[in-house]
Amino acid sequence: MSTTTTASPNEAKLWGGGKSPFNSEYGKVMMWYFLMSDAFTFGAFLISYGTVRFSTNGWPNSNEVFRSFPFAPEGVHAPLVFVSIMTFILIVSSVTMVLAVHAGKNMDKQGVVRNMILTIIGGIAFLSCQAWEWNHLFHEGAWWGANPFLNADGTASSTNFTNFFFTITGFHGFHVFSGVVINIIMLIMTLMDKFEQRGHYLMIEKAGLYWHFVDLVWVFVFTIFYLL
Amino acid sequence: MSHSHTDHEAHNAEAMAEIKKVTIILSVFTIVELILGFWMMSLTSHALILAIKGTIVILMMAKAFYIVAYFMHLKHEVKNLIMTIIVPLLLFVWFIGAFLWDGSSFRNLRNDYDPYFKEQATIKVEKKAEEHGAAKHEATDAKHDAPAAKHETIGTSHETAKPEVEPYY
Repeated sequence: MSTTTTASPNEAKLWGGGKSPFNSEYGKVMMWYFLMSDAFTFGAFLISYGTVRFSTNGWPNSNEVFRSFPFAPEGVHAPLVFVSIMTFILIVSSVTMVLAVHAGKNMDKQGVVRNMILTIIGGIAFLSCQAWEWNHLFHEGAWWGANPFLNADGTASSTNFTNFFFTITGFHGFHVFSGVVINIIMLIMTLMDKFEQRGHYLMIEKAGLYWHFVDLVWVFVFTIFYLL
Repeated sequence: MSHSHTDHEAHNAEAMAEIKKVTIILSVFTIVELILGFWMMSLTSHALILAIKGTIVILMMAKAFYIVAYFMHLKHEVKNLIMTIIVPLLLFVWFIGAFLWDGSSFRNLRNDYDPYFKEQATIKVEKKAEEHGAAKHEATDAKHDAPAAKHETIGTSHETAKPEVEPYY
């Protein structure tokens, strides 16, 4: 006892065995580590984009490239508008996910169901926006290996720009898609009272971690591709 | 019994207030980012644009912090768990710094030693046809132009510079 008096008693107890030193459930800790590895994957993509951009003399102006809007009359250019809507859709769906997690902690099944439905709608709305944007860019001639846009200074551009754009937003979109699938599964499990039987809504928390990570990555993708 | 009940309620209200606060912060930061983005379009000063881009990156990091700390609840976890997540992510400091430095060094080297690379950055290319005509034309070509586009990037700069040569894309 006297040897441990210098260490905080709390900490000593934490690592004294018999309980989780992280005070967290195993699956949740593993979800964190998975997300950390995923962060490195996205980080590698975005950093390689930065490296190639830094090693190139010219680069397309994102305000010239991403300026279209669904149902806008021809010739109307609205840079940044469409992507800001996509960003707000993801932020709102992230908030509804927090509310679902919060409701789960209170064992409030109705709250979980309502907020999970809203989150799923947000995810599907985001995916629809992205599908529209990809389709639009494709019809402008942009695809992997094809870049119809010039550099901002009017010089010829390489296909690096479109390659990175479609790869990174595609990888992020795939994460959104799997997040929506996970959320739908969680919704079905909630409706089947699975979590009521277990006595806790920890699965909602884990799905929530994943969904927030998708939102987090979009913060970076949105800023790096559309703003910088 | 009633005591723990009110405790629970107080904790609930606290959590809801936190969610509300973070939502507002994220929205405000995003709106500021967008305002800066719109403002940047009309600017020509290189130094000012760079300063705005720096501000946007700081706002981006702040948003990331709020999402991870509050929405993902990391701030309320045990310190040991926080550290096992945050410390490995410090690798990004080297990762970003080293690779961006490497990229810009590569550009400088090529501008110094590769005359073709440098020349290409000075040759203006004609904007392809009229916007909407081009869009239609490109749409029909989009499927089979991948090899052509590749050819163009490695073709001579004169070829890409000639306005009468219809661009492949």
